[in-house]
Amino acid sequence: MNIIEVKNLSKSFGSIQAVNQLSFSVKPGEIYGFLGQNGSGKSTTIRMLLSLVMPDTGDIEIFGLSLQKHRNEILKNTGALIERPDLYKYLNAFENLEIFARLSGKKKSRKQMMELLEKVGLAGRAQSKVKTYSQGMKQRLGLACALVHDPQLIILDEPMNGLDPQGITDMRELIIQLSRKEQKTVFISSHLLSEMQQIADSLLIIHKGKKITEGNLNELMNPEKVRVELITTDMPKTAHWITRSAWAGSVVEATQEAICLLLQKEQLPQLNNDLVSQRFGVVSLRPYLSLEEYFLTQIRE
Amino acid sequence: MFVSLLRLEIYKIFRRPRTYIAFGAITVIVLLIQLALKVNGTDFIRLYTDTQTDIFEIPYENILNGYFVCVMVLHMILIHVPLLVALIAGDMISGEAAAGTLRLIAAKPISRTRLILAKFAASSLYVVALLLWMAVFALAGSILIFGTGDLLVFKETEMHLMKQTDVFWRFLAAFAFAALALTAIAAMAILFSVFSENSLGPIVTTVCVVIVFTIMQQLKVPLFEKWINPWSLTAHMLGWKGFFYVEKNEEGVTLDGSVENPWAVLQSALILTGYIVLFLMISVYYFRKKDILS
Repeated sequence: MNIIEVKNLSKSFGSIQAVNQLSFSVKPGEIYGFLGQNGSGKSTTIRMLLSLVMPDTGDIEIFGLSLQKHRNEILKNTGALIERPDLYKYLNAFENLEIFARLSGKKKSRKQMMELLEKVGLAGRAQSKVKTYSQGMKQRLGLACALVHDPQLIILDEPMNGLDPQGITDMRELIIQLSRKEQKTVFISSHLLSEMQQIADSLLIIHKGKKITEGNLNELMNPEKVRVELITTDMPKTAHWITRSAWAGSVVEATQEAICLLLQKEQLPQLNNDLVSQRFGVVSLRPYLSLEEYFLTQIRE
Repeated sequence: MFVSLLRLEIYKIFRRPRTYIAFGAITVIVLLIQLALKVNGTDFIRLYTDTQTDIFEIPYENILNGYFVCVMVLHMILIHVPLLVALIAGDMISGEAAAGTLRLIAAKPISRTRLILAKFAASSLYVVALLLWMAVFALAGSILIFGTGDLLVFKETEMHLMKQTDVFWRFLAAFAFAALALTAIAAMAILFSVFSENSLGPIVTTVCVVIVFTIMQQLKVPLFEKWINPWSLTAHMLGWKGFFYVEKNEEGVTLDGSVENPWAVLQSALILTGYIVLFLMISVYYFRKKDILS
């Protein structure tokens, strides 16, 4: 069973389509990177996963339960850090943690909360008011607040924002530890591919609210294979044929505009021959050197 | 869970420095009024009863006691307390939105309806605390400084005299009524707060509504008198005064324990309750559907 299962999720604000027919799934225990430029729809998607924003269409299932019907049950087992948390500035770290633990329906002992603050590197400032904290410290406290009720799923929206290089390293290690040692599922968004490459097991890339690609990071970053974008004069027929052909296993994504395949360079002439023999008018068969290049090209387009 | 949520909201209110501005302001204003009346009380009463001197012979020296001072304090400051209530209630949702904590709370396993109701209940308790504070300073403090005695209250061209044994319950009732009126203000401020993502907007809007309706009430224009004032929140907020207007028998003797127009007081209380319910229902309806983007 997938921890998160999203199907055809869409949301618009007035005339702006923030998320467009987005589907993806997150497996238990993995670090799932959610990549996209600023304004690509990442935060809106995350807010829909947390029921802060109501989707126009689509279904969200978390832990196998419908978010619409079992909101509280799901959120009891979910922790979230959403953008830059300011928290309660007039309270100290300890008091903030206590509030969020109680809001999650859990009572935590002082010792447990101190351990958590130690985990995020704030034990020494537990009694300081949050208004005296740097952005990085607030970010760490935000993470502690997300973890205080020991959730199974952790959703982090741009958690590295505002952190200094050491803070980024610490945050990265902590996220890896949560997934590897504590078997938590981490859904993490970022606009930096390099950052995701270092921690994610799987990756979903979106642009202008639409999915560009999704898959296992090793497969997506495989140096022996290149991503190939195929455009023909008749995309529906091409998609129909290719998904039933010997090339089906190489298809990463098929949309109305283009088909994306993961191939070895040597396979390209054969694919071209097959397409020609099927009488498809090949407009473009374009290989990309890396995922980053692919990502950037899609964004430019 | 609701009680736990309410406790958290109360905790947050009373940990904020802003909360104590209201308590401080009331303390200072009450002390200033008491000081002024202690020094120039008789002159003040002469000024206050200027329009009645042709009708009544006023025993100035006997009027000035703790009960009279407390009624004066209520007259002078109850109309301004909505501002202090708006300062807290108007910030309940919008303040959290501006601080970025609303999205963290709303992502917790709490229904949005409960969240609004807990915030409203906490604001109401803040109102009660504020009025208790006022009661201690205005009533107990004035009794301490000026002593007790029979209470004389003027209403336009009428004079209402209450025996000192018949006064204390009236203050309790007046404070309870004021709590209801200020709770209606808190509900209105929360309603505005739901629509906003900055603290200032709902606070200023609440105060503006109170000012506009108070002006309409004072203008005495037939149009307003007929259509707006009978339903005006600010007009009914003054219902507490009814407890200090007593019924008289045919000889003009005050009837102990009576209220001149209990139906008017009850009607005001019902209308205020109606406003509270209406404001809360709109707040809950909108907040449940609201996309939290702050």
